Amino acid sequence: MLSVQDVRVYFTDNGKVARALDGVSYEVRTGETVCLVGESGCGKTVSALTILGIIPQPPAKIMGGRILFDGQNLLDLGEREMEKIRGNRIAMVFQEPMTSLNPVFTVGEQIRETIMIHENVSEKALRKRCVQLLKDVGIPSPEERLKDYPHQLSGGQRQRVMIAMALACNPDVVIADEPTTALDVTIQAQILNLFRELQRTRQMSLLYITHDLGVVATIADRIYVMYAGIIVEQGDTAHIFHDPRHPYTQGLLASLPTRTKRGGTLYTIPGAVPDPAYKPAGCPFHPRCQFAIESCRIEFPGMCDYGEGHVSRCPVLYERARPPHGAA
Amino acid sequence: MKKGDRHTPPHTTGMQEGPLAPRESRWQEFWRLLRRNRLAFVGLVIFVAFFLIAVGGLALTSGTKPVFDPAMVRLQEKLRPPLSEPRLEDLRPAEIPTLGIYLLGTDDLGRDVFSRMLQGAWVSLTVGFVAVGIAVLIGIVMGGIAGYFGRNPVRVDHILVVFIVSVGAGLLMGGVFWAGGVLLVIGCASVLVQRWWKKARGKQSVPPVIRLLSQETFSIDTLIMRFVDIMLCFPVFFLILTVVALLPASMYNIMIVIGMTSWMGTTRFVRAELLSLREQDFVTAAKALGVRDWRIIFRHMIPNAMAPVLVSATIGIASAILIEAGLSFLGFGVPPPHATWGNILSDGKRFIFDAPWLTFIPGCAILIVVLAFNLFGEGMRDILNPKLRERY
Repeated sequence: MLSVQDVRVYFTDNGKVARALDGVSYEVRTGETVCLVGESGCGKTVSALTILGIIPQPPAKIMGGRILFDGQNLLDLGEREMEKIRGNRIAMVFQEPMTSLNPVFTVGEQIRETIMIHENVSEKALRKRCVQLLKDVGIPSPEERLKDYPHQLSGGQRQRVMIAMALACNPDVVIADEPTTALDVTIQAQILNLFRELQRTRQMSLLYITHDLGVVATIADRIYVMYAGIIVEQGDTAHIFHDPRHPYTQGLLASLPTRTKRGGTLYTIPGAVPDPAYKPAGCPFHPRCQFAIESCRIEFPGMCDYGEGHVSRCPVLYERARPPHGAA
Repeated sequence: MKKGDRHTPPHTTGMQEGPLAPRESRWQEFWRLLRRNRLAFVGLVIFVAFFLIAVGGLALTSGTKPVFDPAMVRLQEKLRPPLSEPRLEDLRPAEIPTLGIYLLGTDDLGRDVFSRMLQGAWVSLTVGFVAVGIAVLIGIVMGGIAGYFGRNPVRVDHILVVFIVSVGAGLLMGGVFWAGGVLLVIGCASVLVQRWWKKARGKQSVPPVIRLLSQETFSIDTLIMRFVDIMLCFPVFFLILTVVALLPASMYNIMIVIGMTSWMGTTRFVRAELLSLREQDFVTAAKALGVRDWRIIFRHMIPNAMAPVLVSATIGIASAILIEAGLSFLGFGVPPPHATWGNILSDGKRFIFDAPWLTFIPGCAILIVVLAFNLFGEGMRDILNPKLRERY
């Protein structure tokens, strides 16, 4: 459905070059939920904005790669053609429901605009669809909420409206960029359930970007773990959670609080995320990695296949690994 | 079916939730705050009264047989003070003032000052509104472009095309049709060729001429904002005087000239607002939904940037009225016999000791209207700016 292939996006700022995306590849198949996991600043959002072609250029510059959607390369399309895809075939839900809605228009006007841009619908049908959308995302008394301004809604309701806007034209792919981060935990659970349900009933593909592994566990079919602008590990949810094969993924999972670890100190990955303008040579994770060997400093690690779609970018662990999934 | 209906619990149809914020529309809130700000409210009242008087004045003083004739000359009744009775024995029936009294006196030609003030009110109103309308329009477009597209660079070929087209247009207007036409066609054709080139171009290397042409020079923001700075360098009033001296005197020219010389403030406001709005999530969200750039600027961002623009527009009306009055006073304004507050004042200044009302009445009218607009504008700024709002 949507396939990102070796995309490189560099930011230039005063002569410094920050390699935000350094050859990222992932794919989202039809009707599948894919999670993109990683720390802040590892390039998750940049990759989403690049798919939609709304990354500000300059400062960003797309240095290479392809984004295939329905057989066409989105990076080759002109502005007009992209406008037809944005919101219509690929839609996005943003992180901050507080600021992602325009404060001077009512909710109804904003949903209506999305449909009006892409489709030719009569006034009456338009209204009906807006109401139906709000109903679908679980907003009570939708007719009245249509007349509300964003500031009259709560955070969770606003995020529901954002989701309704994203769904307005029945997109094939929805990109959700940390849609629950700004919400409190109970609302988070509701929104997650909503996503799961919508994804199931509408058979859409969902690219879910988050740093919250708890969320990932509930929602993902497959997971891509990102670190410093590259994918370090990818695989099914079960494989990633139960048998992580990259030191970074292992560190992330180890630093999660669990019931058994109660009271103890949580594990932390030593060091900090590298400045994207001064990334270490070789494996970008090696300064923080407990398994690092000499060659990690020099060689950029290749992908090591463990079978069943589970791939990790750590040759060191691959060497000392147990046999691949299939062979056991 | 029936059974199903009965089993549907009533509360599932509409889960009523209390309103999350006080149900007060923006206008209701604006009105409530305005009522509390007394000076601004007075300003608004005067503004509305002035508006009604001006519109009424137009209706009553125009046409072939106006109710109040501002051009009716009665030499035998010149320089009568306000509220004086006409000497009926000297007047023909047509010359008797409609109110039966010279409400605001008469001038040196015996024309009724009240009628002339009515006529002048319409001039002030239209000049104020149209001039500011033009200024705000230019300001929003220029500020919108500078704020939204500001980072985009201007290339050498852009400058060349603009140069060729403007020289061509200049020659056309100057009467050199042949050369002007050719230049215009060259200019337009080069734009089309460029488009085609952009589409047809593959990845092959570009010749050095093209590379020179597509050399980036400065940003659009620099272009527009430096132009604003240049415009602000001129003392506006003298710039207007110069232009008005060159153009035939008419009300429309004055409106246009005032409008064309007072858009800079609005441009700066709009640009500043858009620079901060551009980074807002809802702009990115609108882009992600496939909204076009121009629609984002004018439909999504400008309404969010309107508050300071409205304030400066209201105050701008006051200064436009003042400039018009000043021009009329100097004799560069709306040509006589059409009355404006400025030329009533200017005609009256010769008789300032014999007939002080001829200067005081238009003077006070200008003062009150300008003050009212300023007060209303300032009040609106306080109300529309949430940071200043808490004081009330």
